[in-house]
Amino acid sequence: MRFQLAGRTLRRHVSRTLLATLGVAVSAAMLLDMVMLATGMRQSFASLLGSNGFTIRVSPRGTLPFDSEATIGQGAEATAAIQRVAGVTAVAPVLGATIHVLGRGEPVTAFALGIDPAVQGDYQLLEGAEPTAPNTIVVSDAFLRAAKAHVGDTLDIAVGFDPQLRTYQGRQRLVISGRARFTYLSAEDRAVALRLATVQAMVGGQRADRVSLFMVRTAPNVDPEVARAAIERALPRVTALSTAGAIAEAERRLSYFRQLAFILGAVSLIVGFLLVSTIITVSVNERVGEIAVMRAIGVSRWHIVQQITIEGVALSLTGAVAGLLLGIVTARYLNSILRGFPGLPDAIDFFLFQPSAAFRALGLLVASGIIAGIYPSWRAASLPISATLREEAVG
Amino acid sequence: MNGQNGQLVLSTRDVHRDYPLSGSAVHAVRGVSLDVTRGEYVAIVGPSGCGKSTLLNLLGAIDRPTTGTVEIGGTAVSSLPDREATRFRLTHIGFVFQRFYLLPVLSARENIELPMAEAKVAAAERQQRSTELLGYVGLAERAGHRPSELSGGEQQRVAIARALANRPTVLLADEPTGELDARTGADVIALFDRLNRDGMTIVVVTHDEKLAGAARRVVHMLDGRVVRDEPLLRRA
Repeated sequence: MRFQLAGRTLRRHVSRTLLATLGVAVSAAMLLDMVMLATGMRQSFASLLGSNGFTIRVSPRGTLPFDSEATIGQGAEATAAIQRVAGVTAVAPVLGATIHVLGRGEPVTAFALGIDPAVQGDYQLLEGAEPTAPNTIVVSDAFLRAAKAHVGDTLDIAVGFDPQLRTYQGRQRLVISGRARFTYLSAEDRAVALRLATVQAMVGGQRADRVSLFMVRTAPNVDPEVARAAIERALPRVTALSTAGAIAEAERRLSYFRQLAFILGAVSLIVGFLLVSTIITVSVNERVGEIAVMRAIGVSRWHIVQQITIEGVALSLTGAVAGLLLGIVTARYLNSILRGFPGLPDAIDFFLFQPSAAFRALGLLVASGIIAGIYPSWRAASLPISATLREEAVG
Repeated sequence: MNGQNGQLVLSTRDVHRDYPLSGSAVHAVRGVSLDVTRGEYVAIVGPSGCGKSTLLNLLGAIDRPTTGTVEIGGTAVSSLPDREATRFRLTHIGFVFQRFYLLPVLSARENIELPMAEAKVAAAERQQRSTELLGYVGLAERAGHRPSELSGGEQQRVAIARALANRPTVLLADEPTGELDARTGADVIALFDRLNRDGMTIVVVTHDEKLAGAARRVVHMLDGRVVRDEPLLRRA
């Protein structure tokens, strides 16, 4: 009968109950979004780094991958040195460069990755074939759109431009062998990938046999940290970063973001608690006479507390469920806005729905509903019965 | 006394109830000793502020005397801890209030079933007993109606049925006709009379001369004391 009584009491003031539920829902949505924000970037960054099985990134000493234009010299030798490290199963060298597509009106500039097609982890082929031949290239959709090209087309590509001579350098005719999605780039980035040797030949001169980055796979039974340290010992001119280290570094850089999300989440929780607490207190104050009569006819204090707490929980729970849906919708919307930041990898999500974290946060909100119900109900159930009835009769 | 078999149901001994007020004390009840035997129908009368409602609250274990004892059916209710006093009220005392105080979100039947549910009476028995009680108070057809859909007299009859739900030892009523017009008040008076004839022990606090006149015994109070305790002639 307590559930029945609680339900009907909430229905007694429909508009008040609906507004309170809506308020709790907004608070729950905000709380959920903050939880999703606090963990989203970290999780999506971790899954991005771990998606292709590479556990270590090797870049020029003192830099992070593609943080600068610095490169590692004697690339072939360095590749062999890393391959010799115990536990290393694959090494994928990458050289970054800027290319220009000529002969199609205005030159189209794009980011080029020189890779080894056999062990690359920079893109997923969507259509066509890997760039295994020296004159082949795979490209992003954004590149195809900008260059008004199609898979199978041959392009006149240069890697450098001398502004004094107004001439392009390292020109080569390359055939688009496939279309790809680039893991670490955004969908709007114009990007291409071709054989490392081809890029090195095109840039020539000082950049021949140079590498921007090595991505390294280790055996499953090998601690990447041990392999990372061994690589740095073998190649003193590089910085090796394990995936765990990269995540820790990202976390350090995102710590203000997380703190902000934590504070806003806590504020949402407090607002939700105060809302339920206020509604229950108002409702209880309106019913002190009823409560006193229930006590007079023998209803226990604990049962009155239970009944009113059920009302608080019902408000919080309904609000939390509505907030869950609202939170997911708003997170998706906000995510779509934030992902529009230029240069962000497609795989990075600011808001990531993780059921365990989400349900923990919403569970906290429901628990706050219990606390919100207990105090006013206990206070009302503890009022002196005869004095309360006398005051009610006078009132 | 006018009890049917002389068995003591309710007894107070030198009961006092003081309330603190602005640094001094209000002596609402001053040394009341009263015995009520099974089947009695007692009306407590007196001017406003004479302490009759306070005495009723003490008899019903919803208030505690400052000094003195209150016993119901041999149990010293004045010294029971809150939890036991609550349980005692649930199973031994029926309360009827001037303002009915039915729960507005429950139907007449559900209001009657509420104390039974609290006493953990099985649903089928609750249903059966509430049907009987609704019939007894003449509201069998109004079982599903909410208090807002009932007249004042009907609400008070539902409140009486609720008070009887757990088959109490004694029925205590505080101005049960105070909010009713003469005709519906007369219905309630008739119902109390019938209840008493059926064996229920009743103690009623009232200003209503007709209600007091229907009782078998009238206790007069003044300034917190019993000044006269007189049996009335039993009507045929």
